[in-house]
Amino acid sequence: MRQFDYSRAASPADAIGTDARIIAGGTNLLDLMKLQVETPDRLIDVNHVGLDRIERDGDGVRIGALVRNADCAADETVRRDWPLLSHAILAGASPQLRNRASTGGNLMQRTRCYYFYDLDAPCNKREPGSGCGAIGGINRIHAILGASESCIATYPGDMAVAMSALDAVVEVEGPNGRRDIPATEFHRLPGDTPERDNTLEPGEMILSVRLPAPLGGRHIYRKVRDRRSYAFALVSVAAVVAMDGGRMSNVRLAFGGVAHKPWRVPEAEALLEGQAPAPDLFDRAAEAVLDGARGQGHNDFKIPLLRRTLSAVLAEATEGAE
Amino acid sequence: MDVTLTVNGAQQTLQLDDPRVSLLDALRQRLDLTGTKKGCDHGQCGACTVIVNGRRINSCLTLAVMHDGDEITTIEGIGTPDNLAPLQRAFIKHDGFQCGYCTPGQIVSATAMLEELRQGWPSQLTGDLGAADLTDEEIRERMSGNICRCSCYPNIVDAIRDAAGETGSQAGGQPGARLAAEGAA
Amino acid sequence: MSEPIEVSLSHRMNFADKEDLLDRTTQGIIGTPMDRPEGPLKVSGTATYADEDHPPGTVYGWLVRSSISKGWVTGFNTRELRAMPGVLAVIRDKRMLRNPAQGQASKAPYQGPAEIFYKGQPIALVVAETFEQARDAAIKARADYDDRSEKGVFVPAEAKYEAPRSQQSSQGDLDAAMDGAAFAVDVEYHTPSMSHAAMEPHAAVAWWDGGSVTLRGSYQMLGSNKAELADSLGISPKKVRILSPYVGGGFGSKLGISHEGVAAAIAAQKLGRPVAVALHRRQQFETTIRRSESRQRVRLSCDAEGRMTGVGHEAWVSNLPAETFSEPVSQATPFTYEGENRKIGHHVGRLNITCAGSMRAPGEAIGVPVTEAAMDELAHAAGIDPVEFRLRNIPEKDPSSGRPFSSHRLADCLRRGAESFGWHNRQAPGARREGEWLIGMGVTSAIRVNMLEPSTARVILLPDGTARVETDMTDIGTGSYSILTQIAAEVLGLPADRVTTVLGDSDLPQSSGSGGSFGAASSGSSVMLAAKAVRQKLAKRMECDPDELTLKDGYAIAENRRRTLAEVLAGDTLQGTGTIKKGLTSLGHQQASWGAQFAEVAVSSVTGEVHVRRLAATFACGRILNAKTARSQCIGGMIFGIGQALHEKVETDARDGSFVNRDLAEYHVPANLDVPHIDIEFLDDRDPYANPMQAKGIGELACCGTAGAIVNAIANATGHRFRSFPVTLDKVLEKLG
Ligand SMILES: Cc1cc2nc3c(=O)[nH]c(=O)nc-3n(C[C@H](O)[C@H](O)[C@H](O)COP(=O)(O)OP(=O)(O)OC[C@H]3O[C@@H](n4cnc5c(N)ncnc54)[C@H](O)[C@@H]3O)c2cc1C
Ligand code: SF4
Ligand code: FES
Ligand code: FES
Repeated sequence: MRQFDYSRAASPADAIGTDARIIAGGTNLLDLMKLQVETPDRLIDVNHVGLDRIERDGDGVRIGALVRNADCAADETVRRDWPLLSHAILAGASPQLRNRASTGGNLMQRTRCYYFYDLDAPCNKREPGSGCGAIGGINRIHAILGASESCIATYPGDMAVAMSALDAVVEVEGPNGRRDIPATEFHRLPGDTPERDNTLEPGEMILSVRLPAPLGGRHIYRKVRDRRSYAFALVSVAAVVAMDGGRMSNVRLAFGGVAHKPWRVPEAEALLEGQAPAPDLFDRAAEAVLDGARGQGHNDFKIPLLRRTLSAVLAEATEGAE
Repeated sequence: MDVTLTVNGAQQTLQLDDPRVSLLDALRQRLDLTGTKKGCDHGQCGACTVIVNGRRINSCLTLAVMHDGDEITTIEGIGTPDNLAPLQRAFIKHDGFQCGYCTPGQIVSATAMLEELRQGWPSQLTGDLGAADLTDEEIRERMSGNICRCSCYPNIVDAIRDAAGETGSQAGGQPGARLAAEGAA
Repeated sequence: MSEPIEVSLSHRMNFADKEDLLDRTTQGIIGTPMDRPEGPLKVSGTATYADEDHPPGTVYGWLVRSSISKGWVTGFNTRELRAMPGVLAVIRDKRMLRNPAQGQASKAPYQGPAEIFYKGQPIALVVAETFEQARDAAIKARADYDDRSEKGVFVPAEAKYEAPRSQQSSQGDLDAAMDGAAFAVDVEYHTPSMSHAAMEPHAAVAWWDGGSVTLRGSYQMLGSNKAELADSLGISPKKVRILSPYVGGGFGSKLGISHEGVAAAIAAQKLGRPVAVALHRRQQFETTIRRSESRQRVRLSCDAEGRMTGVGHEAWVSNLPAETFSEPVSQATPFTYEGENRKIGHHVGRLNITCAGSMRAPGEAIGVPVTEAAMDELAHAAGIDPVEFRLRNIPEKDPSSGRPFSSHRLADCLRRGAESFGWHNRQAPGARREGEWLIGMGVTSAIRVNMLEPSTARVILLPDGTARVETDMTDIGTGSYSILTQIAAEVLGLPADRVTTVLGDSDLPQSSGSGGSFGAASSGSSVMLAAKAVRQKLAKRMECDPDELTLKDGYAIAENRRRTLAEVLAGDTLQGTGTIKKGLTSLGHQQASWGAQFAEVAVSSVTGEVHVRRLAATFACGRILNAKTARSQCIGGMIFGIGQALHEKVETDARDGSFVNRDLAEYHVPANLDVPHIDIEFLDDRDPYANPMQAKGIGELACCGTAGAIVNAIANATGHRFRSFPVTLDKVLEKLG
């Protein structure tokens, strides 16, 4: 860990528009700082600025950036109206980490690509222009969708996958004021600037995440991984499906572990919307999701895995419902 | 910089010459509380689990300076060799450890876990997200943030079930309350 | 206090034990599920491990990693590092290690930080006032290299293999047996490199007093470690003391002196201050040792009745250049099953990747699951129940050497285990389904050779009738504190709380150390002999034959006389020294521990995920010294087997040999939720050829097979064979179609 200046913010204003790096739970930033993958000169601790409540906002709720993952998952309203979000959070990390991890920090967590973590390996994300260690290396955990020649990393988190499916909005504030970023647009594709994970601008801070009105229906988050707990997703499927007279409605699907961002494909949702559930329809939806999917060798299995998991999740979501 | 911590009930002021010191290293190297262990230093094992302001966290992934004013419970505050807490006694009885290196983390974690259960927190196994019972599967999932390479997991589950039973067996009632209260003392 | 009265007993295991002392003593503590005496310290965080209890003034060292895979270090930014805050020294000393010593080496391993053999090899030690300063400086370290990485060999397929003559054998004509067999399998299995990942990363704190060094470290075998450290430093072993009172897991990774110990000692001498060096978890993975990957060809044949006619087991493993250790994959194959035509082959390739060494049950841990999976394949081909098939092929005597077995209870274990597990409920492959989950059952035999190593201990009976056990034995979680206490208490007739056991100090009498599952049997025998020597002296004082002396609850009883030990001692201290040595019984008899293990798995037909739902085992491993710690050892070993079957694999980058998943987030050891309830049963057993306690090794036996039972269960669930470990979901998906 490099030496840095530490200060504590008393309010969000102290952290906005500065060149200091925000530290919230620290569970991702300190992990990377110890290895000097991250080397900020200044840290600003936002753990005492408030923003730690979940409040009603019209039909929806506003989740403060400092709400801990554990609190968000256990919140009565979230559990009742957006169970997808609770399920996704609870599928991630460990109880200890979720007690510390914040909503903002979780959105901002960086990839778990092995080469990103290895200072002696090339990595365009860590050191632009140095190359990509994962291409031609070990890439079992890497992206099958939306990858580029310069980076095939995935966004590793779970919470954001649910938020993406739920059409959440990330509320941020920067030196030029506040703006809303749809969760689906918060993370970006690597293109030829993989050093940028997301669309947050320098000096901006995440204040909260807004969930719009509840969708009803069944909420399923299925995370497939190498061990049953305390492991990142190889593939995850977030699904919301309501049934209306034997037909699917309000369909929302998002996928984790497959791309540099939570993956959403409106065409796939549209294929299902208003239709009666049927296995071949699920297959077609999966085809739509996997349009353009490409394996890198070790991660080829994610393509059939996503297809199968999606079909099973849709079957489960629609089973026995009217 | 001065950092004031209340560790196991005693308030202490730590003069830190370096903000890089993790809470774990502050406990182990500066306060000589080596009961809290370092297994990975990166949030991957749970050996460093402590309770901060009532919540179990990994002390390796947080800075000591971030905890000015906080209340911290370490294994040393849960019970001493001649005054062991029920969970500690249950770990001995059920042989919930072998080398013992992950053990303080397991016990601190279990202490807080029973309190979480009492508060009705769901886990990834709690299908309807309602209040969960203290089933073996729930214990396993809720203790999965503590790796034990000696692999004493079945005995750890037995110990926790047994200790929770000493104070009532179902979540939602009083189980764990006494344990947690002792933990925070 | 007067000088202790010294007595001693030394015993070489040349004949079967007839005395059976532990079945004739009356204290009744041996074998009981006694709680660990050190338990209260461990559960309260007061047991101190290597990187704890620092002497005042301790400073911190951090090892620097080589960023190339082969070549030489030609320069170093020492001056720049020395200018960093707090930095006290940058050490590049010829005596630093390339890799840790192998178990029982008793001499320095390959030394020299200048020539690089693998990526991540330590090339320097940076020492600073604080841990944070040292860590920062070590990451800023930059070496100049003469980089020969392109000449490195990183994948087994490209390695040159040696076939040491002493490790090849054959009898009869296996090819002909295979050709003429009613049923035969000829299959190739692969197992990956694995890492011990003991929870306590290697660490050492060294300080000097004149020309003598004391090292607090995390080591398993202090006798040989002392010699290794001394040889590494170029000093006399008499000038070295190693303290390892508690060891946070070893599994073989701490058998030999390692980087941190030698580097800390060198730095402490240079600086004249205590120096602590703790390996980072990533360093534990890439610079200590790994279990070698293996390719194994297994050929098995049988006649129409399922009687085996041929057994072939050839293995290809690897290590660094010049390392003498190679994983003895087929160690149990020569004597496990019948077959007059046999072939054993062993090949060692040289790779530029992290040193290979012993990991829990080197050999059988990866050899037995593979041969047991192949046995399952043959049983299936022959249409015979896998348990029955094994029962038909258990030999009367070692089919390779013709030697008799010592206690051999494999058949009993299989029968008993099958019954307890409900084996008869097993269905045809692919037949049992619960929703999306395919359910299957599998069996394996568990076999591990049994060993005895020289070991010495002292048992001191104090005037107040309490006793102290002293030996340099370590307790790495295996239960040494418990069983040594119990053995002394049993032989001296004392309640366990009147016995204190002191371990983990190389100044104490040299034991076998912890390794190869010989620790309990060897060090236990030495403690038993030491206590027996004291017992004989007590008999003399009671004026009776030792056979007529009863010692119980602190009383000595002979005929109708009953006196407290304090009375008998009359102010004297009796100090017994016991030494056990291996002898002819290890040559004349094939000795092994035995077991049968059963697994039930659920395989998702959607995702290919495998969950272990049930594990059970029946073991026969001689006398059980402590039913509680023995059971824990078995559970632990079997969970190692879960990891081996389903999760664990060091991912090596073929381009430079680096370990890419070198942490606990990406190298998946089982977590609590991966582990079901496990049933363990021990058969009442004695092995008079093993040692005077008639006990055998346990901790490793349990992991010799489990992975086989699990893959056999997966085959039963899915109807597909998986011949590459671990069986991760991608491999399952490929077959599920
Ligand atoms: C072993 C391990 C396993 C894990 N497994 C999972 C898993 O399975 N699923 C999963 O989803 N996650 C997993 N995680 C990741 C974990 O969820 C994240 O580390 C955590 O959510 C980050 O939150 P934090 O508050 O600690 O962030 P910090 O570490 O404090 O910050 C992370 C980043 O976010 C920035 N930041 C924080 N708050 C704000 C804000 N309000 N505005 C702008 N920027 C901000 C920081 O500057 C920093 O760059 C795992 C982590 C570990 C160590
Ligand atoms: S995939 Fe992206 S993060 Fe990984 S090495 Fe390549 S550039 Fe770096
Ligand atoms: S040491 Fe903190 S989680 Fe491993
Ligand atoms: S007891 Fe050794 S790691 Fe858990």
